[in-house]
Amino acid sequence: MNLLNTFFNIPVFLNSLPQLLWGLVVTLQIGITSILVGLAGGLFLAVARLYAPAFFQVLIRIYIDIFRSIPLLVLLIVVYYALPFVGIRLSPFLSAVTALSLVSAAYTAEIFRAGIEAIPHGQFEASSALGLSGRSTMMDIILPQAIRIVIPPLTNNCINVMKDTALASVVAMPDLLKQATQAQALNANPTPLIGAALIYIALLWPMVAVVARLEKHYSRGKR
Amino acid sequence: MAKTTGPLISIRRLNKAYGTFTVLHDIDLDVAEGEVVCIIGPSGSGKSTLIRCINHLEAFSPDSTITVDGTRVAPGPALAKVRAEVGMVFQSFNLFPHMTVLRNVMLAPMRVRKASPEDAERKARELLARVGISEQAEKFPGQLSGGQQQRVAIARALAMEPGVLLFDEPTSSLDPEMVGEVLDVMRKLAGTGVTMIIVTHEMGFARQVADRVIFMDAGRLVEAGTPAEIFDNPREERTRSFLRAVLNH
Ligand SMILES: Nc1ncnc2c1ncn2[C@@H]1O[C@H](COP(=O)(O)OP(=O)(O)OP(=O)(O)O)[C@@H](O)[C@H]1O
Ligand SMILES: [Mg+2]
Repeated sequence: MNLLNTFFNIPVFLNSLPQLLWGLVVTLQIGITSILVGLAGGLFLAVARLYAPAFFQVLIRIYIDIFRSIPLLVLLIVVYYALPFVGIRLSPFLSAVTALSLVSAAYTAEIFRAGIEAIPHGQFEASSALGLSGRSTMMDIILPQAIRIVIPPLTNNCINVMKDTALASVVAMPDLLKQATQAQALNANPTPLIGAALIYIALLWPMVAVVARLEKHYSRGKR
Repeated sequence: MAKTTGPLISIRRLNKAYGTFTVLHDIDLDVAEGEVVCIIGPSGSGKSTLIRCINHLEAFSPDSTITVDGTRVAPGPALAKVRAEVGMVFQSFNLFPHMTVLRNVMLAPMRVRKASPEDAERKARELLARVGISEQAEKFPGQLSGGQQQRVAIARALAMEPGVLLFDEPTSSLDPEMVGEVLDVMRKLAGTGVTMIIVTHEMGFARQVADRVIFMDAGRLVEAGTPAEIFDNPREERTRSFLRAVLNH
């Protein structure tokens, strides 16, 4: 009974629910913006890595390796607390979106590269032999086939970005986690934290289930 | 094709190497408009590499020259023009698996020649009828037999109205009972005046349709002549032993 009152205190929960839902909205804003920017950036990097001059290909590789190595929390703190020293002052929202997008773009680029490389070389050769431009080869032939291969790992990446939005609370972003910790302090009760955890699970469980289904679907050789 | 005097395809001193391994040695070859040339030779002799240089699917040494209808084959903007003029049919078909048969044939004319969808579709249906697969137009390549897929690939190449068609062992990955249907389509094509360069192991077919047969070995053009000259009366010992080996099997 004591346990219930501590962790699942209904009045406290109802009381903090509006605050949590506002946090959820912020979390979704950060997450969706970062996912979209990361997707566009990653696709651009993957295609540029195939077609750009060698020098840029090397730069892109370095970019991808760096942003896959750096811990997101470190990057976020650098963006928010260090960049102001060189005159770049980003809002908490922009800091979070910048850090998440930079990293997501690096992962997405690798996913797209793997997808493009999985397309048989004959598809590129047939496109070239027909005289299709590089652009048409990508848009009409390669990407439509690669998309099927990359959807499961891309969805996985989206889940990771959504989860990582919780780090934004360290730069004073009023996201779901931040709202929950504030509500906890206000109510002197951890129920809002449990509520936040449940909301994260409710948000991401369907995506996790979708990935599992997609992976099963594609691994059955149905392509 | 524009009226040019001289050969449609002209290959001069073509050299190609992978690292220190030379695949093509000083190949000289002219192909006249309307000519049907069959290239034969043992595995690894460079037949595929040679025809893949013509549309620059393979890069070659910069002091070699290939011209197609007067345009030099080299990386750069002119390459698109060459590739639009030169159709290619691959051993492994290389159809686009995510598009219907019809769409496979329509795509390049729309993208490269800027044909309207209506014109491209009319043309594509015409070509599919010509290669005998009109009923399959709405299917996907994966639903077709190998022979049907290769006929779609021929229709796809023809849709660009190329002056030259390159074939790289078009029947080698087909089940024996499907070889005939593809060779029939090619035989009909040869009668229409399209220039064709065909790498093949089908000696009977080569003898029948070729204006000229070329025998390659170890990256060199060993001997060229009419089918009668090459098959009945080869001058070179290497040609003789190759033909002995393939014809006795
Ligand atoms: N990417 C490559 N790297 C190194 N060597 C290669 C490469 N591609 C082809 N070769 C070599 O070049 C030579 C010629 O190959 P090519 O495919 O042109 O022969 P081919 O006459 O078409 O043979 P086949 O009848 O088996 O198709 C072969 O010895 C082959 O091993
Ligand atoms: Mg070959």
